[in-house]
Amino acid sequence: MSFADIQQQARRTWERFQSGETPRVLVGAATCGRAAGAMDVIRAFREAQAADPILASVEIQEVGCLGMCYAEPLVEIRGPAGDRVLYESVTPAMVPDLVQEHLRQGRPISRNALCRMPDGQQGELQDEIPLFTDLPMIHHQLRVVVRNCGFIDPTDIDHYIARGGYSGITRAMDMGPDAVIEDVKLSGLRGRGGAGFPTGLKWSFARKAQGDVKYVICNADEGDPGAFMDRSVLEGDPHAVLEGLLIAGYAVGANHGYVYCRAEYPLALERLRTAIDQMRDKGFLGENVLGSDFAFDVTIKMGAGAFVCGEETSLMQSIEGKRGMPRSRPPFPANAGLFGKPTNINNVETLAAVSAILEKGGAWYAAIGTEKSKGTKTFSLAGKITRTGLIEVPMGISLRTIIEDIGGGVLDGKGFKAVQTGGPSGGCVPSNHYDLPVDYEHLAQVGSIMGSGGMIVIDEESCMVDVAKYFLGFTENESCGKCVPCRMGTQHLLRLLTGITEGRGAEDDLETIRKIGDTMKKASLCGLGQTAPNPALTTLNAFMDEYLAHIRDHKCPAGACKALISFTIDPEACTGCMACAKVCPVEAVSGIKKQPHAIDPQTCIRCGACRQACKFGAVRVE
Amino acid sequence: MTTTEDLTTSLRTILDKYDTSRDNLIPLLQEIQEHLDYLAPEAISMAAEHLDLSENDVYGVATFYAQFRFHPPGRHRIKICQGTACHVRGGGMVLDAISRKIGIVPGETTPDGNISLERVACFGSCALPPVMVVDDTVYGRMTPRKSEKLIEELE
Repeated sequence: MSFADIQQQARRTWERFQSGETPRVLVGAATCGRAAGAMDVIRAFREAQAADPILASVEIQEVGCLGMCYAEPLVEIRGPAGDRVLYESVTPAMVPDLVQEHLRQGRPISRNALCRMPDGQQGELQDEIPLFTDLPMIHHQLRVVVRNCGFIDPTDIDHYIARGGYSGITRAMDMGPDAVIEDVKLSGLRGRGGAGFPTGLKWSFARKAQGDVKYVICNADEGDPGAFMDRSVLEGDPHAVLEGLLIAGYAVGANHGYVYCRAEYPLALERLRTAIDQMRDKGFLGENVLGSDFAFDVTIKMGAGAFVCGEETSLMQSIEGKRGMPRSRPPFPANAGLFGKPTNINNVETLAAVSAILEKGGAWYAAIGTEKSKGTKTFSLAGKITRTGLIEVPMGISLRTIIEDIGGGVLDGKGFKAVQTGGPSGGCVPSNHYDLPVDYEHLAQVGSIMGSGGMIVIDEESCMVDVAKYFLGFTENESCGKCVPCRMGTQHLLRLLTGITEGRGAEDDLETIRKIGDTMKKASLCGLGQTAPNPALTTLNAFMDEYLAHIRDHKCPAGACKALISFTIDPEACTGCMACAKVCPVEAVSGIKKQPHAIDPQTCIRCGACRQACKFGAVRVE
Repeated sequence: MTTTEDLTTSLRTILDKYDTSRDNLIPLLQEIQEHLDYLAPEAISMAAEHLDLSENDVYGVATFYAQFRFHPPGRHRIKICQGTACHVRGGGMVLDAISRKIGIVPGETTPDGNISLERVACFGSCALPPVMVVDDTVYGRMTPRKSEKLIEELE
């Protein structure tokens, strides 16, 4: 079958899916949706359907994540009149009403309706329910990498093809490998895995490398705590990534691709496996891709839980069946990579952008973003932020726009203190840089990095020394131990930071942290060690007063470091409701009903459960 | 109880699916663990023999990765996420609460073999912190209280 025929068939499938003829229930069932209870909601819809013959023709389908994870589970209902409404925080208990009112009677329920979806019949809903694109979280976004996530069935290749999928590889094969690389260079795309190296340039090194056998690898080992962009894309639109890998293979002259994906992402792995089978069926993989003489196949390799394997030389060791330890470069993977052969490695997000770039042209992509940071970037918004989730924005947008407008500001109206970007390799950007344009250059200027795109918002109740300690705890645990600066450096930094959070710090420690950090940056073998001190160094620069309060006054100003705080109950504010006593795991709260309670400091383990439980703000932390 | 003979037969079936090149080592160990729930000493020696590696080499790789276990886990596996988002939203409190409740620290299994507790670096469900995984079900927005209730429901 020619690609034109494949496309025509796919468009018919897509039109059937989009048309209002069949009422549909689409449930966001990516990992985050599932964590919020999406599978119970699907079960409730199926039960309702089984009990009612009129609903027999309703199709209940799983889709990926739209990015509004804070409102999960998200359910889109396409009623009999073709109206499309997205409901938020759906529970099984709400399902009977949704079925009765919307699916059967065609009357959307405005309570719990988050928005109307584009392309639906709008009818009378216009005034009550906002349009998807008008939602504050969506309004500033520009969807390239996540263009299909949440809109298509990720297990149906026809949906991807109908929305422009695989026309990128078709166009690439018409252009020839050199022109493909030129187009990617023109797009200005830089690696979205962290370091930001120009993708087209990287490809040209692998293309020029000598060797009959070459490899391309998709790095889907998203180990950064706080980042889940890659997971969302793989779960919501696996073909976008696989097409990018196919294009990379064609451009550099590789006949074999690997996807190295974390074992912690079982759903992403399942989606990838399904997608690869579908590619084989359609002739996008095999001896003659799309009838040409280009041969390409893909193997999935499951990671085994080592953060350092996100580093390219470690990742290759791991695919070869060895301990995933990095090696020094040169030789670079482009010349001697996997099994000693020329190899090109790109991140999930980079590859998903590549398929869009080849579909629409490098110039189209280059028109987005800033001069040196082209295109869009996905970020995962997490931490103390109102609207957590996954977003994609043009480069150069300000931190303030991301956090205030898109993310809805700091949770519970608390004060914004900093945002941690780039995970353990990144740093904390303090509030005085709130208007910083977010791109590779500006983040580097303030000592942080883009990284893979995790953004953890930190409010006044989080302690910056504790945050630094947290990251060092992570990198110390994940250091592979091969080089001394990283192995010893992470241990010492963690020991010093732990001492400070426990009131055993000295002012000299701060200088020692700086010295160790600088040494690690210069002397570590790979990115893990070179960037591991960043959380400590950036917090030290921006939050020196907080470090000093721990050291000099033995106080944790944010009230977070257990060894330095104590909980008390304000007798004026306490109503004697017993809520704190009920949740206290160690029975440290005493008092009788309707009388002010008290906390025994000896028994108290400072877990903070009482403070969370108190509705009257009577539990004080000092 | 599986007999040694059963064990050998089932391992043989798994091993026969893989050719003897070294890059099969990790996938092979992963499939064995999927089948046995852990890497038994017999499994290590058979895998080593199959790929013509020393047992030492196989242990060297297996111990490097966090995924592999060398003791049978409990009937229920509780994993508590300690990623950054979970950390700042109280993941540590959830872990402490469970740890107190069942009387073991992460990495251990209760003496009756019912529950094993693990801390995980990040599940990638950072928008719904703190996250806890019971067997294969992911639960978001946990509190110490909610997590304790989930534990009580386990037989």
